[in-house]
Amino acid sequence: MKIAVKDLTKRFPNRNKKIREEVVAVDHFTFEIPDGELVSLLGPSGCGKSTTLNMICGLETPTEGQIFFGETDVTKLPPEKRGVGMVFQSYALYPHLTVLENIRFPLENRKGADKLSKEEMNRRAREAAALVQIDGLLERKPGELSGGQQQRVAIARALVKTPGVLLLDEPLSNLDARLRLQTRMEIRRIQQETGITTVFVTHDQEEAMSISDRMVVMKDGVLQQIGKPQEIYDRPVNLFVAKFLGTPPINVMEGELRQGSLYIGGDCVFTWTDEEAKALPGTTEYGDGIADARNESLAGAPRKVIVGIRPEGLIPDPEGTFVCEQRAVETLGRDTSVIFRHAGALTDTMRAIVDSADLTERADGRVRFRLRPGRFHLFDPETEVRL
Amino acid sequence: MRQEERKGTGSAGLKRTAVTLGLSVWALIVLFPFYWMVLTSVKSYGAYNSEYIPRLYTTEPTLGNYVDAFTQVPLARYFVNTVIFTLITTGVMLLVVVLSAYAFARLRFRGRGLVFVLFLALMMIPNELVVITNFVTITNLGLRNTFTGLILPSVTSVFYIYLLKENFEQVPEELYKAAKVDGTSDLKYLWKVMIPICRPTVITITILKVIECWNSYVWPRLITDDSSFFLVSVGIQEIRENGFGRENIPAMMAAVVVISLPLIVLFLIFRKKIMAGVSRGGTKG
Repeated sequence: MKIAVKDLTKRFPNRNKKIREEVVAVDHFTFEIPDGELVSLLGPSGCGKSTTLNMICGLETPTEGQIFFGETDVTKLPPEKRGVGMVFQSYALYPHLTVLENIRFPLENRKGADKLSKEEMNRRAREAAALVQIDGLLERKPGELSGGQQQRVAIARALVKTPGVLLLDEPLSNLDARLRLQTRMEIRRIQQETGITTVFVTHDQEEAMSISDRMVVMKDGVLQQIGKPQEIYDRPVNLFVAKFLGTPPINVMEGELRQGSLYIGGDCVFTWTDEEAKALPGTTEYGDGIADARNESLAGAPRKVIVGIRPEGLIPDPEGTFVCEQRAVETLGRDTSVIFRHAGALTDTMRAIVDSADLTERADGRVRFRLRPGRFHLFDPETEVRL
Repeated sequence: MRQEERKGTGSAGLKRTAVTLGLSVWALIVLFPFYWMVLTSVKSYGAYNSEYIPRLYTTEPTLGNYVDAFTQVPLARYFVNTVIFTLITTGVMLLVVVLSAYAFARLRFRGRGLVFVLFLALMMIPNELVVITNFVTITNLGLRNTFTGLILPSVTSVFYIYLLKENFEQVPEELYKAAKVDGTSDLKYLWKVMIPICRPTVITITILKVIECWNSYVWPRLITDDSSFFLVSVGIQEIRENGFGRENIPAMMAAVVVISLPLIVLFLIFRKKIMAGVSRGGTKG
């Protein structure tokens, strides 16, 4: 089922009662989730992603705005009338019921014509259990299960009513690293098998990037960017999104555009060839484009920028013009990361992921890089919007 | 260090023996009055009176006193009265306490905090003061010598509401949300999720209330003067004054055994259930 959210806003009264001003948890949110996709709501804690999920679910009522499932306005409907299944962060299994009883619980609330026979309820519960592969544990109590198994029970319970929409609130954050990897693949498999439109809340960008069809990045209740994971990674709209995505994080430096070239701390680190310059984006819907800024600097108007360089955007090169002070080298098998410092950096240390073959030992403790086109971004220092 | 020392000198075993011995003596002291009660109740009136110094055993036990207790005095009626009183009071109290604890723990309504504080403040007022007001109220309502009058003042308990509310609040909020998503009504959630999870507390409250009802004396004494509404606590006085007479101690003891027995049996049965509940709560992951 397609989900559309229009101007969704949620304001809470301030916890400190002396302050009259309300807290805006979600600020005029508008986005659409196509039928059958898995979409993550991604953002740091307190950005309003769980509130958004609760509003889609119906556990919280929006202050303003509307929510549509397909063409139906569900804004005022209670959760049980929306046909949603929800998996909570703590799984919220009923501790006194067995796994089978837990999964069957949602079916037991049906009334009138929807009422199911006990056999039918058991059959459906077993079917849901088989889908998440916990058929062997049906008589156990939740307390006797591992975290991963509890998680599966919670998913089965959400799926048993064959909902049109599946909502997952940080479903992996209580699992250990290995299990998390396994479970997220599992969630992806179940979602693809059932084709249920799924909304997934997480603060872990890696998790979101790995399983989503589409990501919604949020900050302080404000929508930052929507798009396919790779798209957002390659073209973040602003510095926040650029910093939030990617491990290790993007390296942020102060720079300047002068005579058509990029300078960091006095070093000319990148010059666009004429052909590359033609391909640069002009003014976009977000801000003035990099091409315009470059042209202005060619005309003699230098411009301060913030430079964000992805760790994989730095290539060690003895002829490179970006000269840094090398602090340490970490070998992780697959690749090597170089930790370095630079006077123009806005963070204490920076990191480059390089091919170990490219790295040559230097006596003076300096390392030289050249920049890989397309793997660094320029941002306006005032608005932090990407050029 | 200290543990090693204990092991080294072997005094751990000695200490254990001392503790066991001490507890055994204590158990004897506690159990002796019960034994004495049962012993006296199986002595015949004649045999009892012939003992200048009461003996610690009897060679001719008799159940005659028990027969007398049920035939010569209206013990059976007092007994039935008490059972009715206890069952209804406990039942209604559970209903009131569970519903109000749920409201205080889960529902959002204006003045919730204030009302709860007022409830707690009631606990500061000594029972004796409340008894007078209750007496006046019940008398004005014309409910003296009725079961309603007996039961009404004790169908609620601030302390139990408080106890259960605290317990309810420990049930994670997410369970409630999950139940809401599945379309569970509040009442059904209370019945199917909250009460089963908090069962140990509910059972404890039930037992405490049953004991309280069974032992209640001041209120029934005040509000009933018609012997057909007497409870066992008041009835036993009545039996002593106007039934067997003060001298017939063995018959009195038989009556006392009869009225103590239900509580002892009840406790023995439910003790296991409480333990089961507590251990289950402990292993919850």
